[in-house]
Amino acid sequence: MKSSVIIFPGSNCDRDMDVALKKFGFKNQMVWHNDQSIPKSDLIVLPGGFSYGDYLRCGSIASKSKIIKSVIDFANSGGLVLGICNGFQILTETGLLSGILQQNKYLNFICKNVYVKVKDKKNKYFKNIKKDILELHIAHNEGNYFCSDDEKKSLEDNNQIAVTYCDEKGAETDENNPNGAVKNIAGIFNEKKNVLGMMPHPERMIDKYLSGEDGSLFFENLLGNIK
Amino acid sequence: MKVKVVVTLKNGVLDPQGKVIQQTLNGMNFDNVSEVRQGKFFEIEVKENDETKAKSLVDDMCKKLLANLVIEDYKIV
Repeated sequence: MKSSVIIFPGSNCDRDMDVALKKFGFKNQMVWHNDQSIPKSDLIVLPGGFSYGDYLRCGSIASKSKIIKSVIDFANSGGLVLGICNGFQILTETGLLSGILQQNKYLNFICKNVYVKVKDKKNKYFKNIKKDILELHIAHNEGNYFCSDDEKKSLEDNNQIAVTYCDEKGAETDENNPNGAVKNIAGIFNEKKNVLGMMPHPERMIDKYLSGEDGSLFFENLLGNIK
Repeated sequence: MKVKVVVTLKNGVLDPQGKVIQQTLNGMNFDNVSEVRQGKFFEIEVKENDETKAKSLVDDMCKKLLANLVIEDYKIV
């Protein structure tokens, strides 16, 4: 299985993602934002970081970069596109995902482990995953998901909410909502569920000695579903 | 010509920075301040002398890049 990680100026989780994808068996290649096209891939990843210094709005400049047209075409033809953190912000700015990530409600940069609940398993990313609640890492200043009431209703009606912030038992309470996101949303799909954007970083949880292994579950499962 | 644009958060969208500025102003004894909304201001030099054409170009830029219409409104001033 082949994957491509797009590097923007200011991306800083691209190498971590590369390590994670290779660890679980993807043949990964790195693609520069100024390239015109993406090599043949089963999965495209937009990594975390601070593309273009977060100028104007997080992800807005990257969403107009040269490579993005190929990403949009790939997504529209049904290809799997995964955006983590800044990658999620870029996906909302391209319009592939609805809504926007605003500054965290309490204006602080949050860097900690959180629990998220898997809300939908009828998709390539979470089908067959062994756990319903994953412990993952978040690190962001703009993770406060916001969308219009109409968009919220359509996300709920089509089961497009992918993961939500919760406690270790799965209760989606205000106390466990780190950034003020609507409905505790940590990640969403597009309508066809081939595009996933989420704030938590699975690539940071792939080693039982350094972090935790719930990210491993995510990648192993994803690879299994693509094969 | 130069075209000026103001981008602000839509009514009803939480503006935590505006709220902090308001509270700080209140703390400085500006008691009459009941709300602050923070926004962005752009000055765009367009190679176009016709005002209508220049503004229509900037309008397009606002829709495509300068503002995110999910949460922001823009005004060409």
